Amino acid sequence: MNAPVIQVTHAAVGYDGRPVLRDVSLTVTAGEVVAVLGANGSGKSTLIRAVLGLVPLSAGSVTLFGAPQRRFRQWHRIGYVPQRLGAGSGVPATVGEVVASGRLARRGVLRPAGRADREAVAAALRAVGLADRAGDPVATLSGGQQQRTLIARALAGEPELLVLDEPTAGVDAESQQAFAAALRGFLAGGGTVLLVAHELGPLRPLISRAVVVHEGGICHDGAVPEPAGHHAEPDHEHVHPHCDEEPAGLWSI
Amino acid sequence: MDLFQYDFMLRALVGALVIGLAAPALGIYLVQRRLALIGDGIGHVALTGVGAGLLLNRSPVLVAVLAATLGAIGIELVRSRGRTSGDLALALLFYGGIAGGVMLVGLSDASSAALNSYLFGSLTTTSPADLTTILVLGAAILVLMLALRPALFAVCHDEEYARVSGLPVRALNLLLAVTTAVTVTIAMRAVGVLLISALMVVPVATAQQVTRGFRSTMTAAMALGLFAAGAGIWVAATADTAPGASVVLLAIASFLVVALAAAGWRALRRRTSPAAAPAPEPHEVVLR
Repeated sequence: MNAPVIQVTHAAVGYDGRPVLRDVSLTVTAGEVVAVLGANGSGKSTLIRAVLGLVPLSAGSVTLFGAPQRRFRQWHRIGYVPQRLGAGSGVPATVGEVVASGRLARRGVLRPAGRADREAVAAALRAVGLADRAGDPVATLSGGQQQRTLIARALAGEPELLVLDEPTAGVDAESQQAFAAALRGFLAGGGTVLLVAHELGPLRPLISRAVVVHEGGICHDGAVPEPAGHHAEPDHEHVHPHCDEEPAGLWSI
Repeated sequence: MDLFQYDFMLRALVGALVIGLAAPALGIYLVQRRLALIGDGIGHVALTGVGAGLLLNRSPVLVAVLAATLGAIGIELVRSRGRTSGDLALALLFYGGIAGGVMLVGLSDASSAALNSYLFGSLTTTSPADLTTILVLGAAILVLMLALRPALFAVCHDEEYARVSGLPVRALNLLLAVTTAVTVTIAMRAVGVLLISALMVVPVATAQQVTRGFRSTMTAAMALGLFAAGAGIWVAATADTAPGASVVLLAIASFLVVALAAAGWRALRRRTSPAAAPAPEPHEVVLR
């Protein structure tokens, strides 16, 4: 039995008194690739944000690598990939500069970048297929390439656990393939992955377990469910502008 | 004629150069965070400190540092809470700051010329003690902003990612707030509270017209700040204009020149090489 990397116990989260997650328990052990699935607004992004401590729990607890999250300090063991680049980008920054900030968790605030840091940044850029764009401003990249930049930033820290928030949402096919390849490389090195997804696409064969979040609770934990109804059609576009329009029984369980 | 043979002119020049170098080094983080006008707000609060200092017969600059620091920490707390009332709270702080300053200066027996010197700067009255303060604090700001660049860049670029990286985000944010307050107060001598933001923001805005990365933008902005300060003081000395206003006008003139030149260069390239239009993405894999 592998050691638990993430342990969520009876967790609840609410925004302004409105409950988003209630009584959620989830364990991810080393070497697993767990996909959190669910409709828009089901609370799946909130679940991983709660795991990382970006939203406070109103009840329950989270442990990371065996330590209570509030006292967890070994953040270099975790690589986080947000949904998109933060809004605070009024000043140009190169791809290399953004990826280099992934080394800070390992290096600390005061130590200047050394050779190991530069090599890790170069390796992460190669892993996502952006080695030749290191000197380009991030703003000139396509959406998929920007997403790959964020994945490279997480990989640069050489983490043991990757946490990804919708890494393939609205990303072109080429970037999805590059991302799947990077993930395979990370898993070959013994990594653990927790990712939120609306559709799995080329990632599907990599997933070892799926968790489906529905109306703030976990309604399925096990094998990856098959898409049902018109969602199974190959030309179905996974675009859901409003969560209310989500048909019941999206995932046939 | 050579005005720089006079000590007071030399002190004005050295003070302006230090501020011209330090203000954009800090300002780039504020611009990246889209807080370009924060320097203005903190300047307003510093004015209340000046008024209180004049009224209490204490050093106006020291009391201003205190008031500006408290104001900056207050603004940072409002910002980090992220409430929608944030900009209203800032507005109250800004206008309260300047009204309080004008009122307190009026209550003291200082002349309106004293108020003017803080509103618009009075570099030529920089005393040797003032210059030491500017040199020491300016050097401290520069060292902090350069040494902590990777961490400050990470926090200003993507604050949530910085938190998950385990960076001391709150401490770094407070450091930026306090550094802004200190920069504002030493720049008050040079360009005055009403023109401080210009030195923090305009060189950065100029640099990013032509740069590609954060580090190159920072270097170019510091060079531009240094140029505007040096040339501004030279213009002020030779044409007998107000030093602070000359420095700021030169910074804005460089922005216009660079922005026009960059736009012209882009238009020229588009016309001469039609292939420069949307370039295809490079191939991921080249089969041989």
